[in-house]
Amino acid sequence: MVPNGGEIMAIKDLPMDEYILKGHAACPGCPATIALRITLKALGKKTILIVPACCSAVIQALHPHTAFNVPTLNIAFEASAAAASGVAAALKMLEKKDVLPVVWAGDGGSYDIGLQALSGALERGTDFIYICYNNQMYSNTGIQRSGATPYGAWTTTTWTGKKERQKELAEIVMAHHIPYVATATIAYPEDLYEKMKKAKEMKGPRYIEILSPCPPGWRFDMSKTVEMSKLAVETGAWVLYEVINGELKFTGYSKRILEGKERKPIEEWLKMQGRFRHLKPEDIEKIKQQLDEKWQHYKKIYGGKE
Amino acid sequence: MKKQIKFYSGNIAAAEGALVAGCRFFAGYPITPSSEIAEHMALRLPQVGGVFIQMEDELASMAAILGASWGGAKSMTATSGPGFSLMQENIGLGAMTETPCVVINVQRAGPSTGMPTLVGQADIMQARWGSHGDYEIIALSPFSPQECFDLTIKAFNLAEEYRVPVIVLMDESVGHMFEKVVIPPKDKIKIVERKKPTVPPEKYMPYKAEDFVPEMACAGEGYNVHVTGLTHDEKGYPQATDPEVQDRLVRRLCDKIRKNEKKLRDIEEYEMDDAEVAIVSFGISARSSKAAVRLARQRGYKVGLIRLKTIWPFPDEYFEKLADEIKKFVVVEINYGQIKLEVERNVGRDKTFLLPKMGGEIHKPDEIYRKIKEVYNGN
Repeated sequence: MVPNGGEIMAIKDLPMDEYILKGHAACPGCPATIALRITLKALGKKTILIVPACCSAVIQALHPHTAFNVPTLNIAFEASAAAASGVAAALKMLEKKDVLPVVWAGDGGSYDIGLQALSGALERGTDFIYICYNNQMYSNTGIQRSGATPYGAWTTTTWTGKKERQKELAEIVMAHHIPYVATATIAYPEDLYEKMKKAKEMKGPRYIEILSPCPPGWRFDMSKTVEMSKLAVETGAWVLYEVINGELKFTGYSKRILEGKERKPIEEWLKMQGRFRHLKPEDIEKIKQQLDEKWQHYKKIYGGKE
Repeated sequence: MKKQIKFYSGNIAAAEGALVAGCRFFAGYPITPSSEIAEHMALRLPQVGGVFIQMEDELASMAAILGASWGGAKSMTATSGPGFSLMQENIGLGAMTETPCVVINVQRAGPSTGMPTLVGQADIMQARWGSHGDYEIIALSPFSPQECFDLTIKAFNLAEEYRVPVIVLMDESVGHMFEKVVIPPKDKIKIVERKKPTVPPEKYMPYKAEDFVPEMACAGEGYNVHVTGLTHDEKGYPQATDPEVQDRLVRRLCDKIRKNEKKLRDIEEYEMDDAEVAIVSFGISARSSKAAVRLARQRGYKVGLIRLKTIWPFPDEYFEKLADEIKKFVVVEINYGQIKLEVERNVGRDKTFLLPKMGGEIHKPDEIYRKIKEVYNGN
């Protein structure tokens, strides 16, 4: 059921259908579960989820024995996009055009161990949606660094803070010339919903990455998940955009920043998180500098189009 | 330096053992229940001038420790079932290129994802046969945090001595168990280093071995070494179409372990002097077995325990000899019969009994005792 004639203005306009059942195994305040709930509202019942090793492999249990109300194929850590290729090929062969294979993977399974399979599937033009819910670390195994962990962040394998910058997986994905790439976060559920909806209507490989602030991993209070997601966008630590057939458009608050709105000081976001507690002023300076470079780059893209 | 007494988990003890053995490079990837080893190495290696790298997956971890070993460092990785599977190709390369390194597998219940947080002992055969082709490997199995420390040092020593990847087959229970660990004074710990070439570069033959194990020149030592997974001759050059070279190489790779089985043998015998029935066990299962032997002895059963600390190479000769003295063997392991196959091969099918567990829990001494009674009384 879709209220308000199908136009999504606010959360209350999202479909009432629930594909995450009441009673899952996530930590309190888990953003991945919120993101998946909204995602499945957009993608609907005829979705096959393909899940590698990640928090969601654990989260999906409970209810009476699973919390996921759609068919789910759990696959080895490195292999989700490859498995999706198999699912997509079988669906094509059986002419089941209304069933959608969707990978739901964490950043470890996407940025690191799963990158080869992801790249392969994108290059082959696999007809599927790949969603990376990015909590910037290996949360499931107890907070180790990943390729998505930002500079300076503490993890159990970066005791004095990570010395390297995170990579930009969405930009690596863009280099595969696929029809749709988007970023989102749960602070803007309508934006996330609309992007999922848009992806669903397209064919070929589609990639969506959702920033997912993890309370136990980032060391913040479980009641602050949404706030943390919102601040990430407002400070420019996370950027919202979509790329349709190669054309990049910034969306929501990120677009407003490029239109001249001041970015909130990054300290506001860093200070809320225990993983950045050890940072010295010079580290914060370095983070600011990296952020400025990033936004200079975005400005060039944005300005170039106007 | 005096001896130190610590309160360590098996995982931490193994990491500390590696450092004492001279390990200065660790490449790893997070996986339960072994992640604490990587986390501890991430903390400790920089303190002793070593390098820790978190890799993008286990293929990379295994490849990185081979690379580090050829770069001249003692290197190690740690993982569990699924990660161990991903390492197999490069473990085979390590065996073929005779690269000293240590792989810790903290076993969990499989197959596949299985029970990530719970105990298993079902990677015994994979440790031996996991990579393709004919090769031999050394695998050790600790049953306490103390032994995690001791056997990890031993693993490094054997890797250096035999130039082979050595696998420490821990299990989740031993890895997460906290116990007293005694760290002996430094001068009381034996540390072995790889044999270095004694001849000038122009006379050096990287794969010519007098005594099964060739001398190893590493990067930056002035020797031009060609390291390849292709079949190679004594000079290290590929001879991928010559069956005679293949015969010489594979025979030596296997014989350097097989013919040294007696030297590598490490068995604890418990109450075996007058035993008529012997339990065969290892790792955490051997601890329950020990308790069961005590229970059985109190009730007059002549039972002993054979605890394997070296799992591979398997002590064939030892069991062959015992077959005449011991009436029955009960193998206690957390899998559906892997070491049992090895025992059976040596002492015969009719003398071998299995008390398996599929994983997720350890044996209770009671159930082992009941099995002893049953086997003893011939039921």
